[in-house]
Amino acid sequence: MIVIESLTKRYGSATVVDAVSMTIERNSITVIVGTSGSGKSTLLRMINRLIEPTSGRVIIDGRDTESEPAHLLRRRIGYVIQGHGLFPHRTVAENVATVPRLLGWEPDRIRVRVDELLRTLQLDPAMYADKYPYQLSGGQQQRVGVARALAAEPAVLLMDEPFGALDPIIREKAQDDLLEIQRKFGTTMVVVTHDIDEAFRLGDRVAVMSEGRLLQYDRPEVLVMHPADPLVARMTGSAERAMRLLSLTTAGEALADTSANTATSNNSAGAAEMAADGPIIRASASLREALSELLWRGSESGTVVDDDDKPCGRLTVAAILARGRPR
Amino acid sequence: MSAPDLLLRRPPAARDAPALPAVDRLGALLALVGAVALILLPFVVFKANRILPGDPRHLAQVLPAGEALGCAGVLAAIAAVALLVASAPIRLAAALAGIVVIAAALAAAANTLTPPHNMIVRVAPGAGFWLLLATLGLLATDAITRLRPGPGVRVLLLALFLGVTWLTLAHGTFDKVSVMREYAVNASAFKVAARQHVLLSLGSLGAAFLVALPLGIFCHRAPRLRPGILSALNLIQTIPSIALFGILMAPLGALAAHVRFAAALGIRGIGAAPAVVALFLYSLLPLVANTVAGLRRVSPATVEAAQGMGMTRWQTLTGVELVLALPVILTGVRIVLVQNIGLVAIAALIGGGGFGTFIFEGIGQTAIDLVLLGAIPTLVLAFSAGVLLDALVEILDKAPS
Repeated sequence: MIVIESLTKRYGSATVVDAVSMTIERNSITVIVGTSGSGKSTLLRMINRLIEPTSGRVIIDGRDTESEPAHLLRRRIGYVIQGHGLFPHRTVAENVATVPRLLGWEPDRIRVRVDELLRTLQLDPAMYADKYPYQLSGGQQQRVGVARALAAEPAVLLMDEPFGALDPIIREKAQDDLLEIQRKFGTTMVVVTHDIDEAFRLGDRVAVMSEGRLLQYDRPEVLVMHPADPLVARMTGSAERAMRLLSLTTAGEALADTSANTATSNNSAGAAEMAADGPIIRASASLREALSELLWRGSESGTVVDDDDKPCGRLTVAAILARGRPR
Repeated sequence: MSAPDLLLRRPPAARDAPALPAVDRLGALLALVGAVALILLPFVVFKANRILPGDPRHLAQVLPAGEALGCAGVLAAIAAVALLVASAPIRLAAALAGIVVIAAALAAAANTLTPPHNMIVRVAPGAGFWLLLATLGLLATDAITRLRPGPGVRVLLLALFLGVTWLTLAHGTFDKVSVMREYAVNASAFKVAARQHVLLSLGSLGAAFLVALPLGIFCHRAPRLRPGILSALNLIQTIPSIALFGILMAPLGALAAHVRFAAALGIRGIGAAPAVVALFLYSLLPLVANTVAGLRRVSPATVEAAQGMGMTRWQTLTGVELVLALPVILTGVRIVLVQNIGLVAIAALIGGGGFGTFIFEGIGQTAIDLVLLGAIPTLVLAFSAGVLLDALVEILDKAPS
């Protein structure tokens, strides 16, 4: 858990971060979103003390970050920056091994950990470990950057615009991978972005910043339904807030809710009969994607299938639409 | 107009005519200059003694007709290669063969022209020989450039060149040539001068590096002070070397006169002390400027990542910033080393020692052979230093940033 207490940064008369207080839950992804100059990056960098705060405190798992030298603190916190910042003179394996080496791990332990991480990030160690960063594609470089940040098993991972340099298709994949990693390692992640879609896609909680102040910090659906500030409303986009709301729930989740409410849908014979028509919808797809698919096919309903392609229920357009408005 | 259309419109004659070999432009120029050197300029100069102006002799006048003709024939063949053959290895082989031939001709001419047991007459290489050597040297370097050899191969070529030169000199092939005559007289002084030359060049470079590296790092970290420091160093660079040597004589002389410790260290108004100080000052600008440029080349994201990973300032500097800046810093070292090797020759004027001693003595005595005894090794030293450090920079800079 990260507790930020009225953290402030001033440069001369300019206040870049203005008395921000927030609590970041363990094992969650918190996204700080804001326009450029909103102070979001400064706030992030004050957590690992790349920037020293003017006043206020940061407490990570009950320990004040000021209680140890900054470089020792940073070895316990993963850090990923835009444009990855890989060391061009070191191989992929050496890059990933940076923090374990600083911590004085045994070479064997480092090798095992590097291989494990590269595999987790879908980079075959035999093929990539000895390559130099310039020999990799942008997406691969970004993954090496994430692997390097996770190398010493940090409890906290800070990411500053981690996907900013990637093209849209690779970015979406990288976002999925990050969610997967978060589930696997249970790392507490703090991600800074200017992209509200990315914030909604990744964040368990989203913090909106403007001009150094924290405007609202809450679950994404609360930001959509009850924006605390006109700027938050503008950022979440009042014109598409219904769609944004739909994007926050997966088809599987919607189905689970429905079956809990109505016992009748558990009729398996009926489900099999209905499965004859309408498109197939993956349980992991968002309702926004499901609705789009149904509209495109002109179907009133579709079959939801789980990861093993087993049908688990039907989803109708009406059921989806019902979730696109505040309840 | 479509491509097939273009093909059809080509005049049929152009397709049928036998292809004329393309003439190499550089080869044409070199062949022309070589021909002028061979036909119009004296190959050697025959002098009754080391000071008297000489008597020019052409190749045909100094070698038996058959040998002279053979020599000219080989050179003509090389000119043809330079003109018409595109293959770089063949051009290189031709150039090297040419150098061997004119060197052998020079040795033969010296042996023929010098009467037995006569230590007074001098047979010096003439303008024709030097121009031929320069022409063939250019042909060889051009061929090497076209071959794009890796840094290792270049160092190997240099070692080969130095080795062959040393072997032929040690073997006594050129003992009757004027410059080697001067060497025979000055052999022990030559060894002392060589040591002094190398020590002065490297010593001043080393001292300057120890100061320039921290200064460069400081300039990088304190951008506000950077212009001031760099312009001060720039100002030093504009002082002519002879003037700087002169300027330093007075304060260093005074220091030696008043501070016994300084005198005990060997500091004097003339000699090695002002030479080292001047070379040190000249070395600062290229080293500091290149250190700054090298550090600026390091991406800020890389430095931020290093610090974000938990590297200390020192670890970031030595493990990341300096390593990445090293090729550029070494380029500065190369500039300074080559520059110093040249400047040490001038430092002989204030008693600094080195090969310059022979140059200035030679000028004083109007003995051009003695001047060459100082100038040629200086040139070879500077050239070798350049090749070696270039290769080193290239090896270190293999990963693009």
